[in-house]
Amino acid sequence: MTTISYREAVREGIRAALAQDDRVFIMGEDIGEYGGCYAVTMGLLEEFGPERVRDTPLSESAFVGAGIGAALGGMLPIVEIMTVNFSLLALDQIVNTAAALQHMSGGQFNVPLVIRMTTGAGRQLAAQHSHSFDGWYAHIPGIRVVAPATVTDARWMMPTALADPDPVLIFEHGGLYNASGDLEDIGPVDLDHAAVRREGGDVTLITYGGTLPTAMSAADTLAADGIEAEVIDLRTLRPLDDATFVDSVRRTHRAVVVDEGWRSGSISAEVSARIMEQAFYELDAPVGRVAGKEVPTPYARHMEQAAIPGVDDVVAGVRAAMRGE
Amino acid sequence: MNERELLRQMLRVRRFEERCVELYTQTKVRGFLHVYIGEEAVATGVMAALNDDDSVVATYREHGHALLRGMSARSVMAEMYGKLTGCSRGRGGSMHLFDKDLNFYGGNAIVGGGLPTAVGLALADKMQKRDRVTVCFFGEGAMAEGEFHESMNLAELWQLPVLFVCENNLYAMGTALRRSESETNLPMKAASYEMPAWSVDGMDVLAVADSARRAVDAVRGGGGPHFLEARTYRFRAHSMFDPERYRDKAEVEQWRERDPIDLLLAKLEVPDDELAALEEEIRVEVEDAVDFAENSPDEDVADLMTFVYSPSSTVAGRLS
Amino acid sequence: MGVFAMPSLGADMDEGTLIEWLVKPGDHVRKGQVVAVIDTAKSAIDVEVFESGTVAELLVEPGTLVPVGTPLARIEGEDAESGLPPEPARPLPPLTPPIRHLLHQYGLAPEEVHGTGDGGRITRKDVLAAAGESSAGGARTVTHHAPTLQPRPVPASRPRITPRARRLARERGVDVATLASGDAVVTAAVVEAIPAKPAKKDRTAAMRKVTAALMGRAAREIPHYYVAQTVDLTDTLDWLKQTNAARKPRERILPAALFLRAAVLAAQAVPELNGHWDEQFQSADGVDLGVAVATRAGGLVTPRIVGAQDLDLSALMSHLTDLVKRAKAGRLRGTELQPGSITVSSLADGGPDALFGVIYPPQVALVGIGAVAQRPWVLAGELAVRSTVTVTLAADHRATDGRTGARFLAAMGEALTQPEEL
Repeated sequence: MTTISYREAVREGIRAALAQDDRVFIMGEDIGEYGGCYAVTMGLLEEFGPERVRDTPLSESAFVGAGIGAALGGMLPIVEIMTVNFSLLALDQIVNTAAALQHMSGGQFNVPLVIRMTTGAGRQLAAQHSHSFDGWYAHIPGIRVVAPATVTDARWMMPTALADPDPVLIFEHGGLYNASGDLEDIGPVDLDHAAVRREGGDVTLITYGGTLPTAMSAADTLAADGIEAEVIDLRTLRPLDDATFVDSVRRTHRAVVVDEGWRSGSISAEVSARIMEQAFYELDAPVGRVAGKEVPTPYARHMEQAAIPGVDDVVAGVRAAMRGE
Repeated sequence: MNERELLRQMLRVRRFEERCVELYTQTKVRGFLHVYIGEEAVATGVMAALNDDDSVVATYREHGHALLRGMSARSVMAEMYGKLTGCSRGRGGSMHLFDKDLNFYGGNAIVGGGLPTAVGLALADKMQKRDRVTVCFFGEGAMAEGEFHESMNLAELWQLPVLFVCENNLYAMGTALRRSESETNLPMKAASYEMPAWSVDGMDVLAVADSARRAVDAVRGGGGPHFLEARTYRFRAHSMFDPERYRDKAEVEQWRERDPIDLLLAKLEVPDDELAALEEEIRVEVEDAVDFAENSPDEDVADLMTFVYSPSSTVAGRLS
Repeated sequence: MGVFAMPSLGADMDEGTLIEWLVKPGDHVRKGQVVAVIDTAKSAIDVEVFESGTVAELLVEPGTLVPVGTPLARIEGEDAESGLPPEPARPLPPLTPPIRHLLHQYGLAPEEVHGTGDGGRITRKDVLAAAGESSAGGARTVTHHAPTLQPRPVPASRPRITPRARRLARERGVDVATLASGDAVVTAAVVEAIPAKPAKKDRTAAMRKVTAALMGRAAREIPHYYVAQTVDLTDTLDWLKQTNAARKPRERILPAALFLRAAVLAAQAVPELNGHWDEQFQSADGVDLGVAVATRAGGLVTPRIVGAQDLDLSALMSHLTDLVKRAKAGRLRGTELQPGSITVSSLADGGPDALFGVIYPPQVALVGIGAVAQRPWVLAGELAVRSTVTVTLAADHRATDGRTGARFLAAMGEALTQPEEL
């Protein structure tokens, strides 16, 4: 087992795909000569050439749409969108075409497209580079939405995503790129199931992506006080693997959802609703939510930190659940 | 394609759509219905220049394009009826006609939304060294969209084998070209991206066919993307429920004088009995399509959730 | 002959007003010609005919509002073959939302109202007339939209009881309201900790509910068959009398113990009836003998004697005494309340001759003991008066057939007539 960074793990996933299949290519803004805004694609241009590692103009709608067209034409494109905020410029292509084409053509056209983007706050990038729209995208039928939270998932979600016949959106939390971890040689990740990252019998902590480390730290703190939290990494936000977290809640009878996204109409809201629908009579406490504050992300560090879920917030959320509040 | 065949195809589209309008007033066809009547020469001329494996991306005013590309009148009519036997199983309707076997990436109801798709199809052809051309139809209204400009730039930058065909009918729904574009010389917009671009009389099917042939040959020959503006006119309302407050009846009448079918008929001097036989053959085809659609089954509601994901996806069959 | 009808120009158009005729009777029209102007919710729109011919008759006057599909004019075809089908049946005029609402308010169906408006359209007046109310006077107060609801008082907060606690309490027949105090949250643990001593009335009802659920399930799921056999107990009872004579009163054995012991032996002899059904039959290792006991509260419990095969008659008797005493007092142990492998049920002395029971799921057999009484009996070819009992067996036909049940009763009869073997 080797220890590498999340950034290197993502790169390795892309590199391996490019090496294995001629149909795979990657395009996006400054992914080639610049080496990638977050240096994820550094070195790929030199290795695979400008045909397969394509720098694009600042035209999110056109190059995401071109990815759709290329996928229809038999390629397996990986499109990088620099940040989740910029993906809004391509929302038409993602929602109106990529997600809808299979259905509105009566099953004739599938779009095997992979779109990667950086998501999340925590790096003082303020209100136009810090959002978690993962939940928005998870609202849309026709696409798959995934969020690797570990180095191993960062590496091994890519082959599964490329094998998927339909569009897959990969949300990489910017705060994780520098994180290091053990890269396990597990092969393509099963994107239909959530992962139990820590077992415990007292409360279920449900999270994904950038807030997994926060939830894990909180679980350690709670364990010192004798509260054993089970931590579930959703991995895939659409379709949600509700069986895994509902099963866990049936054992623990308490659930707290940790989600950096704004609380209203969020993934945390969806998870909470499903627990209510499927395990209401198992609950010893209301489902708790530790979510992002509903404010455009501020620049100042202390303000930004106050806006996103921290370890203390999660611990407090669990303690409230333990009191039945 | 010979001139008689061009005539036959234009008449076929015209009569098919006239029947659609009638069926719409009888509530057989619903949703938005946008007919191509008056503009037939454009798609007829352009399609005549294509090979079988070329790709076509069209708009929501695409019944004619679908028929001209080779889709059966039955398949298109059944789709308008929302029947299982329609090309899109009734999931798409008038605005979403598709045919995978014919590389018809058809009915896009987002103005400008099809241009990036066409760019991507051309990119795939180029990367896979296929000798194909992608033709992308759009109205002049799409040229105010950012997707138009992004797509022109990308296609030229990457020298992709795509032909952009602007069907300029002078009105983006009800907004006249002069009220929506600061520069109404449309080929200049394409030329500003270094793309070869010119205009053609969109009411003259022979002129369109000739221009399209030259453009398609150039694209196929490695000349990069081309832009063709076809100046045409929509004789009928934008969609069915359109009081046409934005244009004078006199203007419509003036354009009707240049009906593309009449223009070609005038050139060809087709004998009356031959024309009557052609009309009868088309009438039979259209009525057969109507009968087929009327008698086709609806899709089972139990299948509602199919094709949200591909049948081969592990997600298929799961509710969300 | 063709009909030119009010066209639908959109999904949201269900009626239109004819503003102007652009043709008159006798005019020749060709397919596609604009013949009238229609006013819609959006604006005035020119409308065309879909056939060529001569205008025979205009059916609707300008200024008239008609539903989509209403014939507006008759067109004589150019030739017989081009004629459209005969005039279609006039469609029921669609209802406008206010009229629909008004009908709903008066509980009327559209068919019950005679429409006097254009094209048979139902007007407000028609609805009021049908409802037997006059629209005259202007003093009517008809609500045209959803009434504004008065704010209702919000009840005081319920006790803070978690969903799981509520569910557990319901299952255990615990009155959950008695557990709440102040703001403290009642969790499942609180419910689990309380001794099961609820109010008598509640408990009886709760027990009845449990019995009802169980027996309902048995009746639904288990195809029962019944066999019965009458046994001459005279000699056995004599033997018992002698045995008991040598025992202290407290150690005396009642006939009930004989039946239990005989049932245990028969269950061992016919293991196909001793066990549980769960998709298929699984025989039990030992005999955990269920005993139906009526409680003082009027309910029925069936605690089990675990490992009854290892108990002799005396031991069985003392177990039974203890079990009945505790069952009646409601102090049974958890293990005793698990399902047995077979159950014996008998009604008190002086009860009915035979008992045809309902099996306790997941068991597959229930032994019924009738009243022991003196009855006419044929003995050595002569009519005699003997003490007899009728033993019945209700068994699950999914697991066994009548022949197996007959073997069981034969084994029981044999055991009952050889008391010294018991």
